[in-house]
Amino acid sequence: MNPRKYFKVYIKFLHTSIASELEYKTNILIDLITSILSLIGSIFLLSIFFQNDGSIAGWKFEQALIIQGIYTILNGITNTWFNPNLTEIVKHIREGTLDFVLLKPIDSQFFISLKKINPSGFLEIMLGFLLLVYCIRINQVDLNLSFLILSLITISCSICILYSLWFFVSTTTIWFVKTWNATEVLRSFLYIGRFPLNSFSLYLRIFFSVFIPIAFITTIPSEVFLGLAQLWKILLEVIVAMVFLITSRKFWLFALKFYTSASS
Amino acid sequence: MISNFNSHKIFTLLKVQYANMLEYRVEIALWAISGIIPFFMLNIWTNNNLNESINISDVMLSRYFLCAFFVRQFSVVWVVFSFEEDSLMGKLSPYLIQPLNPFFRYFAQHVAEQITRLPFALIIAFFFFIFNPESIWIPNLGILFLSTISTFLSFLIQFLIQSIVACLCFWTEKASSIERLLFIPTLFLSGLLAPVASFPKYVKSWVYFTPFPYLIDFPANLLSGNATNVFVGIAIQILWIVFLFPVFRKIWSAGKKKYTAMGS
Repeated sequence: MNPRKYFKVYIKFLHTSIASELEYKTNILIDLITSILSLIGSIFLLSIFFQNDGSIAGWKFEQALIIQGIYTILNGITNTWFNPNLTEIVKHIREGTLDFVLLKPIDSQFFISLKKINPSGFLEIMLGFLLLVYCIRINQVDLNLSFLILSLITISCSICILYSLWFFVSTTTIWFVKTWNATEVLRSFLYIGRFPLNSFSLYLRIFFSVFIPIAFITTIPSEVFLGLAQLWKILLEVIVAMVFLITSRKFWLFALKFYTSASS
Repeated sequence: MISNFNSHKIFTLLKVQYANMLEYRVEIALWAISGIIPFFMLNIWTNNNLNESINISDVMLSRYFLCAFFVRQFSVVWVVFSFEEDSLMGKLSPYLIQPLNPFFRYFAQHVAEQITRLPFALIIAFFFFIFNPESIWIPNLGILFLSTISTFLSFLIQFLIQSIVACLCFWTEKASSIERLLFIPTLFLSGLLAPVASFPKYVKSWVYFTPFPYLIDFPANLLSGNATNVFVGIAIQILWIVFLFPVFRKIWSAGKKKYTAMGS
Protein backbone atom coordinates (compact mmCIF):
# COMPACT_ATOMS: atom_id res chain seq x y z
CA MET A 1 0.00 0.00 0.00
CA ASN A 2 1.48 3.23 -1.14
CA PRO A 3 -0.90 6.11 -0.43
CA ARG A 4 0.82 8.46 -2.85
CA LYS A 5 0.45 6.07 -5.73
CA TYR A 6 -3.24 5.58 -4.96
CA PHE A 7 -3.73 9.31 -4.71
CA LYS A 8 -2.15 9.82 -8.11
CA VAL A 9 -4.25 7.08 -9.64
CA TYR A 10 -7.37 8.60 -8.13
CA ILE A 11 -6.61 11.99 -9.70
CA LYS A 12 -6.39 10.21 -13.06
CA PHE A 13 -9.75 8.51 -12.45
CA LEU A 14 -11.31 11.88 -11.66
CA HIS A 15 -9.88 13.41 -14.77
CA THR A 16 -11.09 10.73 -17.17
CA SER A 17 -14.56 10.28 -15.73
CA ILE A 18 -15.33 13.99 -15.45
CA ALA A 19 -14.13 14.48 -19.02
CA SER A 20 -16.46 11.75 -20.25
CA GLU A 21 -19.43 13.02 -18.23
CA LEU A 22 -19.03 16.54 -19.55
CA GLU A 23 -19.78 15.12 -22.99
CA TYR A 24 -23.42 15.23 -21.94
CA LYS A 25 -23.77 18.78 -20.67
CA THR A 26 -27.54 19.05 -20.99
CA ASN A 27 -27.80 15.90 -18.90
CA ILE A 28 -26.14 17.67 -16.00
CA LEU A 29 -28.68 20.47 -16.25
CA ILE A 30 -31.57 18.00 -16.31
CA ASP A 31 -30.09 16.19 -13.32
CA LEU A 32 -29.91 19.49 -11.44
CA ILE A 33 -33.60 20.11 -12.04
CA THR A 34 -34.33 16.51 -11.05
CA SER A 35 -32.58 16.82 -7.72
CA ILE A 36 -34.25 20.14 -6.92
CA LEU A 37 -37.68 18.71 -7.75
CA SER A 38 -36.94 15.60 -5.76
CA LEU A 39 -36.09 17.68 -2.69
CA ILE A 40 -39.25 19.77 -3.12
CA GLY A 41 -41.25 16.55 -3.48
CA SER A 42 -39.93 15.03 -0.28
CA ILE A 43 -40.48 18.22 1.69
CA PHE A 44 -44.01 18.29 0.28
CA LEU A 45 -44.57 14.72 1.43
CA LEU A 46 -43.22 15.58 4.86
CA SER A 47 -45.56 18.57 5.09
CA ILE A 48 -48.53 16.28 4.40
CA PHE A 49 -47.53 14.18 7.39
CA PHE A 50 -47.28 17.24 9.59
CA GLN A 51 -50.36 19.09 8.37
CA ASN A 52 -52.69 18.34 11.27
CA ASP A 53 -50.57 18.37 14.40
CA GLY A 54 -47.16 19.77 14.96
CA SER A 55 -45.18 16.61 15.66
CA ILE A 56 -44.69 12.99 14.67
CA ALA A 57 -43.16 10.61 17.17
CA GLY A 58 -41.66 13.53 19.01
CA TRP A 59 -40.16 15.18 15.93
CA LYS A 60 -41.27 18.63 14.88
CA PHE A 61 -41.37 19.56 11.20
CA GLU A 62 -38.26 21.75 11.49
CA GLN A 63 -36.42 18.89 13.18
CA ALA A 64 -37.52 16.37 10.58
CA LEU A 65 -36.08 18.67 7.93
CA ILE A 66 -32.62 17.93 9.34
CA ILE A 67 -33.12 14.26 8.50
CA GLN A 68 -34.18 15.32 5.03
CA GLY A 69 -31.00 17.38 4.64
CA ILE A 70 -28.74 14.56 5.77
CA TYR A 71 -30.57 12.14 3.53
CA THR A 72 -30.10 14.48 0.56
CA ILE A 73 -26.37 14.73 1.18
CA LEU A 74 -26.03 10.96 1.50
CA ASN A 75 -28.16 10.40 -1.58
CA GLY A 76 -25.93 12.81 -3.47
CA ILE A 77 -22.87 10.86 -2.36
CA THR A 78 -24.56 7.65 -3.47
CA ASN A 79 -25.31 9.13 -6.88
CA THR A 80 -21.83 10.57 -7.26
CA TRP A 81 -19.74 7.58 -6.24
CA PHE A 82 -21.55 4.42 -5.22
CA ASN A 83 -24.19 4.12 -7.89
CA PRO A 84 -22.05 4.61 -11.02
CA ASN A 85 -19.25 2.38 -9.73
CA LEU A 86 -21.03 -0.41 -7.98
CA THR A 87 -23.60 -1.02 -10.70
CA GLU A 88 -20.58 -1.40 -12.94
CA ILE A 89 -19.47 -4.46 -10.92
CA VAL A 90 -22.50 -6.30 -12.26
CA LYS A 91 -21.39 -5.50 -15.79
CA HIS A 92 -17.79 -6.52 -15.09
CA ILE A 93 -18.92 -9.88 -13.82
CA ARG A 94 -21.46 -10.53 -16.56
CA GLU A 95 -19.06 -9.75 -19.35
CA GLY A 96 -15.99 -11.20 -17.70
CA THR A 97 -14.12 -7.90 -17.77
CA LEU A 98 -13.38 -8.25 -14.06
CA ASP A 99 -10.34 -10.21 -15.29
CA PHE A 100 -8.72 -6.98 -16.45
CA VAL A 101 -9.38 -5.33 -13.11
CA LEU A 102 -7.88 -8.22 -11.16
CA LEU A 103 -4.78 -8.24 -13.34
CA LYS A 104 -3.93 -4.62 -12.63
CA PRO A 105 -1.22 -3.96 -10.03
CA ILE A 106 -3.67 -2.10 -7.82
CA ASP A 107 -6.21 -3.07 -5.20
CA SER A 108 -9.33 -4.37 -6.94
CA GLN A 109 -11.76 -2.91 -4.40
CA PHE A 110 -10.15 0.50 -4.76
CA PHE A 111 -10.36 0.32 -8.54
CA ILE A 112 -13.92 -0.92 -8.62
CA SER A 113 -15.27 1.52 -6.03
CA LEU A 114 -13.70 4.74 -7.22
CA LYS A 115 -13.19 4.40 -10.96
CA LYS A 116 -16.12 6.52 -12.01
CA ILE A 117 -17.69 9.70 -10.76
CA ASN A 118 -20.96 11.33 -11.66
CA PRO A 119 -20.58 15.08 -11.17
CA SER A 120 -24.31 15.78 -11.19
CA GLY A 121 -24.51 14.24 -7.71
CA PHE A 122 -22.46 17.18 -6.40
CA LEU A 123 -25.45 19.42 -6.91
CA GLU A 124 -27.51 17.22 -4.64
CA ILE A 125 -24.80 17.28 -1.98
CA MET A 126 -24.79 21.07 -2.17
CA LEU A 127 -28.58 21.23 -1.91
CA GLY A 128 -28.40 19.02 1.17
CA PHE A 129 -25.82 21.31 2.75
CA LEU A 130 -27.94 24.38 2.05
CA LEU A 131 -30.92 22.71 3.67
CA LEU A 132 -28.79 21.77 6.69
CA VAL A 133 -27.53 25.33 7.07
CA TYR A 134 -31.12 26.54 6.95
CA CYS A 135 -32.08 23.92 9.56
CA ILE A 136 -29.23 25.02 11.81
CA ARG A 137 -30.68 28.52 11.70
CA ILE A 138 -34.31 27.67 12.33
CA ASN A 139 -33.54 25.12 15.03
CA GLN A 140 -31.00 27.43 16.66
CA VAL A 141 -28.36 24.74 16.84
CA ASP A 142 -25.43 26.12 18.68
CA LEU A 143 -22.26 25.69 16.67
CA ASN A 144 -19.56 24.67 19.07
CA LEU A 145 -16.52 22.53 18.45
CA SER A 146 -17.87 19.32 19.96
CA PHE A 147 -21.01 19.56 17.81
CA LEU A 148 -18.92 19.97 14.68
CA ILE A 149 -16.66 17.06 15.54
CA LEU A 150 -19.52 14.77 16.51
CA SER A 151 -21.57 15.56 13.44
CA LEU A 152 -18.54 15.03 11.24
CA ILE A 153 -17.85 11.67 12.88
CA THR A 154 -21.44 10.44 12.66
CA ILE A 155 -21.90 11.54 9.06
CA SER A 156 -18.65 9.90 7.98
CA CYS A 157 -19.76 6.73 9.75
CA SER A 158 -23.05 6.93 7.85
CA ILE A 159 -21.15 7.19 4.59
CA CYS A 160 -19.09 4.12 5.52
CA ILE A 161 -22.20 2.10 6.38
CA LEU A 162 -23.91 3.17 3.19
CA TYR A 163 -20.88 2.30 1.10
CA SER A 164 -20.57 -1.11 2.75
CA LEU A 165 -24.24 -1.88 2.12
CA TRP A 166 -23.92 -1.02 -1.56
CA PHE A 167 -20.65 -2.88 -1.91
CA PHE A 168 -22.05 -5.90 -0.11
CA VAL A 169 -25.07 -6.16 -2.39
CA SER A 170 -22.98 -5.67 -5.51
CA THR A 171 -20.51 -8.33 -4.42
CA THR A 172 -23.24 -10.97 -4.34
CA THR A 173 -23.33 -10.74 -8.15
CA ILE A 174 -20.28 -12.99 -8.19
CA TRP A 175 -22.63 -15.85 -7.34
CA PHE A 176 -25.93 -14.74 -8.80
CA VAL A 177 -24.65 -12.88 -11.89
CA LYS A 178 -27.95 -11.21 -12.71
CA THR A 179 -28.75 -9.07 -9.71
CA TRP A 180 -29.27 -5.68 -11.29
CA ASN A 181 -32.39 -5.38 -9.25
CA ALA A 182 -30.84 -6.21 -5.90
CA THR A 183 -29.46 -2.68 -5.84
CA GLU A 184 -32.99 -1.46 -6.63
CA VAL A 185 -34.27 -3.26 -3.51
CA LEU A 186 -31.56 -1.64 -1.41
CA ARG A 187 -32.43 1.74 -2.90
CA SER A 188 -36.09 1.40 -2.02
CA PHE A 189 -35.26 0.35 1.54
CA LEU A 190 -32.91 3.29 1.92
CA TYR A 191 -35.86 5.49 1.10
CA ILE A 192 -36.94 4.95 4.69
CA GLY A 193 -33.94 7.01 5.77
CA ARG A 194 -35.95 10.13 4.92
CA PHE A 195 -38.11 9.73 7.99
CA PRO A 196 -37.35 9.59 11.70
CA LEU A 197 -36.94 6.00 12.80
CA ASN A 198 -39.40 6.18 15.67
CA SER A 199 -42.26 7.08 13.38
CA PHE A 200 -42.36 3.40 12.36
CA SER A 201 -43.87 0.52 14.25
CA LEU A 202 -41.70 -1.51 16.57
CA TYR A 203 -41.09 -4.42 14.17
CA LEU A 204 -39.94 -2.20 11.37
CA ARG A 205 -37.78 -0.26 13.79
CA ILE A 206 -36.02 -3.44 14.84
CA PHE A 207 -35.65 -4.54 11.22
CA PHE A 208 -34.17 -1.20 10.22
CA SER A 209 -31.70 -1.12 13.06
CA VAL A 210 -30.47 -4.69 12.94
CA PHE A 211 -30.60 -5.99 9.38
CA ILE A 212 -30.32 -2.83 7.36
CA PRO A 213 -29.01 -0.21 9.77
CA ILE A 214 -30.83 2.72 8.22
CA ALA A 215 -31.46 3.95 11.73
CA PHE A 216 -27.78 4.66 12.12
CA ILE A 217 -27.45 6.31 8.76
CA THR A 218 -29.72 9.32 9.15
CA THR A 219 -31.39 9.33 12.55
CA ILE A 220 -28.31 9.41 14.78
CA PRO A 221 -26.56 12.25 12.89
CA SER A 222 -29.80 14.25 13.09
CA GLU A 223 -29.99 13.65 16.81
CA VAL A 224 -26.47 15.02 17.07
CA PHE A 225 -27.71 18.17 15.37
CA LEU A 226 -30.47 18.50 17.92
CA GLY A 227 -28.16 17.72 20.80
CA LEU A 228 -30.26 14.68 21.70
CA ALA A 229 -27.83 11.88 20.88
CA GLN A 230 -26.42 9.97 23.80
CA LEU A 231 -22.77 9.08 23.73
CA TRP A 232 -23.43 5.34 23.62
CA LYS A 233 -25.42 5.74 20.41
CA ILE A 234 -22.57 7.57 18.73
CA LEU A 235 -20.08 4.97 19.90
CA LEU A 236 -22.39 2.24 18.66
CA GLU A 237 -22.56 3.88 15.27
CA VAL A 238 -18.76 4.04 15.06
CA ILE A 239 -18.55 0.36 15.95
CA VAL A 240 -21.25 -0.59 13.44
CA ALA A 241 -19.47 1.38 10.72
CA MET A 242 -16.16 -0.37 11.47
CA VAL A 243 -17.79 -3.79 11.48
CA PHE A 244 -19.54 -3.07 8.18
CA LEU A 245 -16.39 -1.80 6.49
CA ILE A 246 -14.26 -4.72 7.62
CA THR A 247 -16.93 -7.30 6.79
CA SER A 248 -17.54 -5.91 3.34
CA ARG A 249 -13.80 -6.01 2.64
CA LYS A 250 -13.54 -9.61 3.88
CA PHE A 251 -16.64 -10.55 1.92
CA TRP A 252 -15.17 -9.16 -1.29
CA LEU A 253 -11.93 -11.11 -0.86
CA PHE A 254 -13.95 -14.22 -0.03
CA ALA A 255 -16.23 -13.77 -3.04
CA LEU A 256 -13.29 -13.35 -5.40
CA LYS A 257 -12.33 -16.96 -4.69
CA PHE A 258 -15.55 -17.99 -6.40
CA TYR A 259 -15.08 -15.79 -9.42
CA THR A 260 -15.00 -17.83 -12.59
CA SER A 261 -14.51 -15.58 -15.54
CA ALA A 262 -17.14 -15.35 -18.27
CA SER A 263 -16.93 -15.55 -22.03
CA SER A 264 -13.16 -15.48 -22.27
CA MET B 1 -57.40 -11.66 -42.75
CA ILE B 2 -55.03 -8.84 -41.83
CA SER B 3 -56.31 -8.57 -38.28
CA ASN B 4 -55.99 -12.34 -37.94
CA PHE B 5 -52.40 -12.11 -39.10
CA ASN B 6 -51.71 -9.27 -36.68
CA SER B 7 -53.17 -11.06 -33.70
CA HIS B 8 -51.03 -14.04 -34.62
CA LYS B 9 -47.96 -11.82 -34.61
CA ILE B 10 -48.84 -10.33 -31.25
CA PHE B 11 -49.53 -13.74 -29.77
CA THR B 12 -46.16 -15.07 -30.95
CA LEU B 13 -44.37 -12.01 -29.60
CA LEU B 14 -46.05 -12.45 -26.23
CA LYS B 15 -45.16 -16.13 -26.09
CA VAL B 16 -41.50 -15.47 -26.90
CA GLN B 17 -41.24 -12.64 -24.39
CA TYR B 18 -42.96 -14.66 -21.68
CA ALA B 19 -40.44 -17.45 -22.12
CA ASN B 20 -37.69 -14.84 -22.02
CA MET B 21 -39.06 -13.26 -18.85
CA LEU B 22 -39.37 -16.59 -17.07
CA GLU B 23 -35.58 -16.81 -17.38
CA TYR B 24 -35.34 -13.71 -15.22
CA ARG B 25 -37.65 -14.87 -12.43
CA VAL B 26 -35.27 -13.88 -9.62
CA GLU B 27 -34.82 -10.41 -11.04
CA ILE B 28 -38.54 -9.92 -11.33
CA ALA B 29 -39.08 -11.16 -7.77
CA LEU B 30 -36.51 -8.65 -6.55
CA TRP B 31 -38.21 -5.98 -8.54
CA ALA B 32 -41.53 -6.84 -6.96
CA ILE B 33 -39.92 -6.53 -3.52
CA SER B 34 -38.46 -3.14 -4.40
CA GLY B 35 -42.01 -1.89 -4.85
CA ILE B 36 -43.02 -2.22 -1.22
CA ILE B 37 -42.45 1.45 -0.38
CA PRO B 38 -46.25 2.06 -0.10
CA PHE B 39 -46.29 -0.34 2.86
CA PHE B 40 -43.63 1.66 4.68
CA MET B 41 -45.68 4.77 4.06
CA LEU B 42 -48.77 3.03 5.40
CA ASN B 43 -46.78 2.22 8.52
CA ILE B 44 -46.03 5.89 9.10
CA TRP B 45 -49.68 6.85 8.53
CA THR B 46 -51.24 4.35 10.87
CA ASN B 47 -48.52 4.33 13.50
CA ASN B 48 -48.92 8.06 14.07
CA ASN B 49 -52.72 8.22 13.60
CA LEU B 50 -52.29 10.68 10.78
CA ASN B 51 -55.32 9.35 8.93
CA GLU B 52 -57.74 11.03 11.34
CA SER B 53 -57.19 14.36 9.65
CA ILE B 54 -58.19 13.05 6.21
CA ASN B 55 -61.22 11.01 7.30
CA ILE B 56 -60.04 7.65 6.03
CA SER B 57 -60.20 4.76 8.48
CA ASP B 58 -57.18 2.59 9.23
CA VAL B 59 -58.63 -0.33 7.33
CA MET B 60 -59.51 1.68 4.25
CA LEU B 61 -56.09 3.28 4.25
CA SER B 62 -54.30 -0.05 4.43
CA ARG B 63 -56.47 -1.35 1.58
CA TYR B 64 -55.65 1.78 -0.37
CA PHE B 65 -51.91 1.28 0.01
CA LEU B 66 -52.14 -2.41 -0.85
CA CYS B 67 -54.04 -1.49 -4.02
CA ALA B 68 -51.51 1.26 -4.78
CA PHE B 69 -48.81 -1.40 -4.53
CA PHE B 70 -50.72 -3.63 -6.95
CA VAL B 71 -51.45 -0.88 -9.45
CA ARG B 72 -47.80 0.15 -9.39
CA GLN B 73 -46.68 -3.45 -9.91
CA PHE B 74 -48.76 -3.74 -13.06
CA SER B 75 -48.06 -0.34 -14.51
CA VAL B 76 -44.27 -0.18 -14.21
CA VAL B 77 -42.74 0.92 -17.48
CA TRP B 78 -39.07 0.89 -18.39
CA VAL B 79 -39.23 1.15 -22.17
CA VAL B 80 -36.97 4.21 -22.29
CA PHE B 81 -34.06 2.30 -20.73
CA SER B 82 -34.35 -0.64 -23.16
CA PHE B 83 -34.81 1.69 -26.08
CA GLU B 84 -31.86 3.86 -25.13
CA GLU B 85 -29.58 0.84 -24.97
CA ASP B 86 -30.86 -0.60 -28.24
CA SER B 87 -30.54 2.72 -29.97
CA LEU B 88 -27.03 3.48 -28.66
CA MET B 89 -25.74 0.00 -29.47
CA GLY B 90 -27.26 -0.02 -32.94
CA LYS B 91 -29.48 -2.99 -32.07
CA LEU B 92 -32.41 -1.00 -33.35
CA SER B 93 -31.33 -1.39 -36.98
CA PRO B 94 -32.51 -5.00 -37.47
CA TYR B 95 -35.80 -4.17 -35.71
CA LEU B 96 -36.42 -1.29 -38.06
CA ILE B 97 -36.16 -3.54 -41.10
CA GLN B 98 -38.90 -5.82 -39.81
CA PRO B 99 -42.46 -5.00 -40.88
CA LEU B 100 -43.43 -4.30 -37.26
CA ASN B 101 -43.04 -1.18 -35.16
CA PRO B 102 -40.27 -1.97 -32.62
CA PHE B 103 -42.46 -0.59 -29.86
CA PHE B 104 -44.72 -3.63 -30.24
CA ARG B 105 -41.74 -5.69 -29.14
CA TYR B 106 -41.24 -3.56 -26.03
CA PHE B 107 -44.96 -3.60 -25.37
CA ALA B 108 -45.02 -7.40 -25.46
CA GLN B 109 -42.00 -7.42 -23.15
CA HIS B 110 -43.88 -5.36 -20.57
CA VAL B 111 -47.06 -7.40 -20.73
CA ALA B 112 -45.11 -10.67 -20.46
CA GLU B 113 -43.23 -9.26 -17.49
CA GLN B 114 -46.50 -8.40 -15.77
CA ILE B 115 -47.74 -11.97 -16.20
CA THR B 116 -44.48 -13.26 -14.70
CA ARG B 117 -44.77 -10.79 -11.86
CA LEU B 118 -48.31 -11.73 -10.88
CA PRO B 119 -47.44 -14.67 -8.58
CA PHE B 120 -44.80 -12.63 -6.71
CA ALA B 121 -47.22 -9.77 -6.19
CA LEU B 122 -49.80 -12.21 -4.86
CA ILE B 123 -47.27 -13.68 -2.43
CA ILE B 124 -46.43 -10.20 -1.13
CA ALA B 125 -50.17 -9.45 -0.75
CA PHE B 126 -50.54 -12.72 1.17
CA PHE B 127 -47.87 -11.65 3.64
CA PHE B 128 -49.49 -8.24 3.87
CA PHE B 129 -52.76 -9.87 4.96
CA ILE B 130 -50.95 -12.01 7.53
CA PHE B 131 -49.66 -8.83 9.17
CA ASN B 132 -52.92 -6.91 8.67
CA PRO B 133 -55.67 -9.52 8.98
CA GLU B 134 -58.35 -6.88 9.63
CA SER B 135 -57.93 -5.41 6.16
CA ILE B 136 -58.86 -8.58 4.25
CA TRP B 137 -61.65 -7.98 1.77
CA ILE B 138 -62.85 -9.38 -1.51
CA PRO B 139 -63.78 -6.80 -4.14
CA ASN B 140 -66.77 -7.80 -6.24
CA LEU B 141 -66.27 -8.95 -9.81
CA GLY B 142 -67.50 -5.73 -11.40
CA ILE B 143 -65.06 -3.62 -9.39
CA LEU B 144 -62.25 -6.08 -10.08
CA PHE B 145 -62.96 -5.90 -13.80
CA LEU B 146 -63.18 -2.11 -13.88
CA SER B 147 -60.03 -1.64 -11.84
CA THR B 148 -58.11 -4.10 -14.02
CA ILE B 149 -59.12 -1.99 -17.00
CA SER B 150 -58.15 1.26 -15.34
CA THR B 151 -54.81 -0.23 -14.23
CA PHE B 152 -54.19 -1.26 -17.82
CA LEU B 153 -55.13 2.23 -19.01
CA SER B 154 -52.73 3.68 -16.46
CA PHE B 155 -50.04 1.37 -17.84
CA LEU B 156 -50.88 2.56 -21.37
CA ILE B 157 -50.60 6.23 -20.39
CA GLN B 158 -47.20 5.64 -18.80
CA PHE B 159 -46.08 3.51 -21.72
CA LEU B 160 -47.01 6.27 -24.18
CA ILE B 161 -45.34 9.01 -22.13
CA GLN B 162 -42.16 6.97 -21.83
CA SER B 163 -42.20 6.03 -25.50
CA ILE B 164 -42.38 9.71 -26.37
CA VAL B 165 -39.42 10.35 -24.07
CA ALA B 166 -37.63 7.34 -25.57
CA CYS B 167 -38.00 8.80 -29.05
CA LEU B 168 -36.04 11.82 -27.81
CA CYS B 169 -33.05 9.41 -27.87
CA PHE B 170 -32.89 10.11 -31.59
CA TRP B 171 -31.90 13.68 -30.75
CA THR B 172 -30.18 13.62 -27.35
CA GLU B 173 -28.78 10.04 -27.07
CA LYS B 174 -29.36 9.97 -23.31
CA ALA B 175 -33.10 10.28 -22.84
CA SER B 176 -33.15 8.33 -19.58
CA SER B 177 -32.24 11.44 -17.62
CA ILE B 178 -35.42 13.10 -18.89
CA GLU B 179 -37.31 10.03 -17.73
CA ARG B 180 -35.74 10.31 -14.28
CA LEU B 181 -36.92 13.92 -14.21
CA LEU B 182 -40.48 12.91 -15.10
CA PHE B 183 -40.39 10.15 -12.52
CA ILE B 184 -40.22 12.67 -9.65
CA PRO B 185 -43.72 14.15 -10.15
CA THR B 186 -44.98 10.63 -10.87
CA LEU B 187 -43.62 9.47 -7.54
CA PHE B 188 -44.99 12.30 -5.42
CA LEU B 189 -48.23 13.22 -7.19
CA SER B 190 -49.54 9.85 -8.33
CA GLY B 191 -50.68 8.76 -4.88
CA LEU B 192 -48.04 6.06 -4.41
CA LEU B 193 -46.65 7.63 -1.22
CA ALA B 194 -49.75 9.44 0.04
CA PRO B 195 -53.33 9.33 -1.26
CA VAL B 196 -54.23 12.40 -3.29
CA ALA B 197 -57.15 12.95 -0.88
CA SER B 198 -54.60 13.92 1.78
CA PHE B 199 -52.92 16.60 -0.34
CA PRO B 200 -53.29 20.21 0.76
CA LYS B 201 -55.88 22.29 -1.11
CA TYR B 202 -53.41 24.37 -3.08
CA VAL B 203 -52.12 21.18 -4.73
CA LYS B 204 -55.45 19.43 -5.08
CA SER B 205 -56.79 22.36 -7.09
CA TRP B 206 -54.51 21.70 -10.04
CA VAL B 207 -53.27 18.14 -9.68
CA TYR B 208 -56.34 16.63 -11.35
CA PHE B 209 -55.48 18.49 -14.55
CA THR B 210 -52.27 16.45 -14.82
CA PRO B 211 -52.21 12.75 -15.71
CA PHE B 212 -50.51 11.78 -12.43
CA PRO B 213 -53.50 11.08 -10.11
CA TYR B 214 -54.95 8.81 -12.78
CA LEU B 215 -51.86 6.62 -12.75
CA ILE B 216 -52.15 5.17 -9.26
CA ASP B 217 -54.55 7.09 -7.06
CA PHE B 218 -57.63 6.54 -9.22
CA PRO B 219 -57.24 2.80 -9.92
CA ALA B 220 -56.19 2.16 -6.31
CA ASN B 221 -59.23 4.01 -4.93
CA LEU B 222 -61.45 2.09 -7.30
CA LEU B 223 -60.05 -1.29 -6.34
CA SER B 224 -59.95 -0.62 -2.60
CA GLY B 225 -63.53 0.67 -2.53
CA ASN B 226 -62.70 4.22 -1.50
CA ALA B 227 -64.89 6.99 -2.86
CA THR B 228 -64.18 7.81 -6.48
CA ASN B 229 -66.06 8.54 -9.67
CA VAL B 230 -65.54 5.48 -11.87
CA PHE B 231 -66.74 6.69 -15.23
CA VAL B 232 -65.25 10.16 -15.09
CA GLY B 233 -61.91 8.63 -14.08
CA ILE B 234 -61.84 6.10 -16.87
CA ALA B 235 -63.01 8.72 -19.39
CA ILE B 236 -60.15 11.03 -18.40
CA GLN B 237 -57.67 8.16 -18.67
CA ILE B 238 -58.92 7.44 -22.19
CA LEU B 239 -58.72 11.15 -23.03
CA TRP B 240 -55.06 11.21 -22.04
CA ILE B 241 -54.38 8.18 -24.24
CA VAL B 242 -56.22 9.77 -27.17
CA PHE B 243 -54.13 12.88 -26.67
CA LEU B 244 -50.77 11.13 -26.26
CA PHE B 245 -51.03 8.57 -29.04
CA PRO B 246 -50.84 11.02 -32.00
CA VAL B 247 -47.95 12.81 -30.26
CA PHE B 248 -46.10 9.52 -30.12
CA ARG B 249 -46.88 8.75 -33.78
CA LYS B 250 -45.55 12.13 -34.83
CA ILE B 251 -42.37 12.05 -32.81
CA TRP B 252 -41.65 8.47 -33.86
CA SER B 253 -41.96 9.19 -37.57
CA ALA B 254 -39.86 12.36 -37.19
CA GLY B 255 -37.26 10.56 -35.06
CA LYS B 256 -36.91 7.58 -37.39
CA LYS B 257 -35.50 9.89 -40.03
CA LYS B 258 -32.85 11.13 -37.62
CA TYR B 259 -31.67 7.62 -36.73
CA THR B 260 -28.07 6.85 -37.52
CA ALA B 261 -27.12 3.26 -36.86
CA MET B 262 -24.37 3.56 -34.32
CA GLY B 263 -22.06 0.72 -33.41
CA SER B 264 -22.98 -1.50 -36.29
